[in-house]
Amino acid sequence: MNTDTHAAGVDHHHNGDSHAHGSFSTYMLGFVLSVVLTAIPFWLVMSGALPNKQITALVIMAFAVVQIVVHMIYFLHMNTTSENGWSMMALIFTVVMVVIALSGSLWVMSHLNSNMMPMHQMSGMK
Amino acid sequence: MSPDLLKLIFGRLGFESLPLHEPIVVGTFAVVALGGAALLGGLTYFRLWGYLWREWFTTVDHKRIGIMYMILGIVMLLRGFADALMMRGQQMLAFGGSEGYLNAHHYDQVFTAHGVIMIFFVAMPLVTGLMNYVVPMQIGARDVSFPFLNNFSFWMTVGGAVLVMASLFIGEFARTGWLAYPPLSNIGYSPDVGVDYYIWALQVAGVGTTLSGINLICTIVKLRCPGMTMMKMPVFTWTSLCTNVLIVASFPVLTVVLALLSLDRYVGTNFFTNDFGGSPMMYVNLIWIWGHPEVYILVLPAFGIFSEVTSTFSGKRLFGYTSMVYATVVITILSYLVWLHHFFTMGSGASVNSFFGITTMIISIPTGAKMFNWLFTMYRGRIRYELPMMWTIAFMLTFVIGGMTGVLLAVPPADFVLHNSLFLIAHFHNVIIGGVVFGAFAGITYWFPKAFGFKLDPFWGKLSFWFWVTGFYLAFMPLYVLGLMGVTRRLRVFDDPSLQIWFVIAAIGAGLVLLGIMCMLMQFAVSFLKREQLKDVTGDPWDARTLEWATSSPPPDYNFAFTPVVHDNDAWWDMKRRGYQRPLTGFRPIHMPSSTGTGIILAGLATAMGFGLIWYIWWLAAVSFIAMLAVGIGHTFNYHRDFDIPAEDVIRAEDARTKLLAGAK
Repeated sequence: MNTDTHAAGVDHHHNGDSHAHGSFSTYMLGFVLSVVLTAIPFWLVMSGALPNKQITALVIMAFAVVQIVVHMIYFLHMNTTSENGWSMMALIFTVVMVVIALSGSLWVMSHLNSNMMPMHQMSGMK
Repeated sequence: MSPDLLKLIFGRLGFESLPLHEPIVVGTFAVVALGGAALLGGLTYFRLWGYLWREWFTTVDHKRIGIMYMILGIVMLLRGFADALMMRGQQMLAFGGSEGYLNAHHYDQVFTAHGVIMIFFVAMPLVTGLMNYVVPMQIGARDVSFPFLNNFSFWMTVGGAVLVMASLFIGEFARTGWLAYPPLSNIGYSPDVGVDYYIWALQVAGVGTTLSGINLICTIVKLRCPGMTMMKMPVFTWTSLCTNVLIVASFPVLTVVLALLSLDRYVGTNFFTNDFGGSPMMYVNLIWIWGHPEVYILVLPAFGIFSEVTSTFSGKRLFGYTSMVYATVVITILSYLVWLHHFFTMGSGASVNSFFGITTMIISIPTGAKMFNWLFTMYRGRIRYELPMMWTIAFMLTFVIGGMTGVLLAVPPADFVLHNSLFLIAHFHNVIIGGVVFGAFAGITYWFPKAFGFKLDPFWGKLSFWFWVTGFYLAFMPLYVLGLMGVTRRLRVFDDPSLQIWFVIAAIGAGLVLLGIMCMLMQFAVSFLKREQLKDVTGDPWDARTLEWATSSPPPDYNFAFTPVVHDNDAWWDMKRRGYQRPLTGFRPIHMPSSTGTGIILAGLATAMGFGLIWYIWWLAAVSFIAMLAVGIGHTFNYHRDFDIPAEDVIRAEDARTKLLAGAK
């Protein structure tokens, strides 16, 4: 044991973390972006600008994904180097898990739907 | 009083909710009440309440919280095992027109409670307790990242356990099986409080589990001592990291599924109903997205324990450290790709079933690699057959059998025959008892001297070991046979008298396990009485390899007077080899977190809220929820979060250890 090294253990309480916390302008930019990204989907639904409901839904979901990215960058201060790359690693892991859970559930449930629902034809899902 | 007023005050709760018509439950209540009264009376008589409150209930010390988790796990093991004995007894007797001694209403609660308790309130606390106790010391830290959160997590787990236990005497528990599949668990088919107890017990405990997962990930990522790179971490810390990543990634799924089920039950939504577009299959799909990672959450730390034990008791560095780490990481990812193997028979097509069948079989590759790593660690080692090593060898033999039946079940056509049969029951008890329970016991006997300063008595330990192992084989091998003959799980009565002999053998096995548990309790008592003879003065009774053995047994509050610096895997072994001298001077005050009662108060309020929601006592739910917010906000104004252990106290503790070590030589 090295007698010179003072405990790193509990001392993080007052050392605090030194990673970037963003400036007023980045917060404003994030805020404006998120408002715009929220307003457009509302407008799409309320005005019915797109003729097809399904397309509208897909566009809204695309906006939601962009919204998530905006929040992560401007409010959660994520970038490729923060926390020695742990943030990015955690993000990649999360994305993999979410993709597995969503795509897997869709795949499984669509199979069940076409196989188990008597009204449907038994073809298609082989 | 008018019925409306009574309903407002007590919700659904009334005298008819008490199970007075069940003599078994009334008898149990009498015993529990007497025992509880004796315990509470004893605590009051010996004036221990203040001590318990100050030193244990409000503590934020990861070591004490870890010990409390272990006590919770062992207490709940007794409850869960009582359920197991009742089932074995019922199935042994209910032949040839006999109805056994449990009615259907009671029996269905017993098997549900057994599963829920064993997974959530036995296996999880034991695993979390060991991680809590060991991980900070293995990485040379003084506590976890968020000590208060740790205390809160523990009490939330206790809150869930309290709700499950309350269901035994007030109302009833779910009669749905341990995962509460709809439509059976929907309000139409389970209008009583059983499923609500299930939901709120798991939700309250789930908050604790998720937060403790976050806490331990943060601890491992941020608080490692200088020199301990990721690839120098002890294997137990690695498996703990992966387990907690799994917890954080999967428990939210459980929370959401249960929340959707509660919406179905409370406000009449149709997520999982049969009609109006609901899909009960979606519940099964979602709950297994949590459920499969859950079994790896339990078994990965056990793998870590076996790794530490094998290398310590073989006197060798762990064979294939790097491959062990990568196998753990691969299992972590793969555990998310196999959930459908729990419902092959639900009606997916061949392509879905074969995909999930193959991913399931692939998991056995990294697991097999681990098994060979342990074997090669033992190869040409000087193996000491102490108790932890005995548990490890029992694990290796038992787990391999369980793994092979698992691969068999992973073949979809075979699963169509074996699904929901006793073969499946035998398989998962084979891996959970053989893996997780034996692992927890290996961990308990291995780290007990570290936690309490004396070893466990080997005689009673070995007796317990042999009863457990033989009892396990006698109890579950017959279930493989019965399962292959087509007997399904959760049956209460049987027609075919030729099956009875197998159930009798299984019941005898359960009886042997009971002896094993009793010997284990005896072992704790005997070891406590013989603590002077079994004393560990060195802090390193097993000649072990990782950092937790560098400090005294039991460790001081601050774990390490100086933060260790690590140069190699097996840091403590490396320090011993290079002739490490304990520093005797230069001690400084040590900054530590303070105890707080907020955790237990918040968890108590959460439990009260759960109770109110279960019984439709809305005012209680609302009041406790608001009180929770108030206490939570109030706690943010608590500025007495930390204190310094004065240098004199550190010097006193370290000098005492110096004297002890000198006396040992």
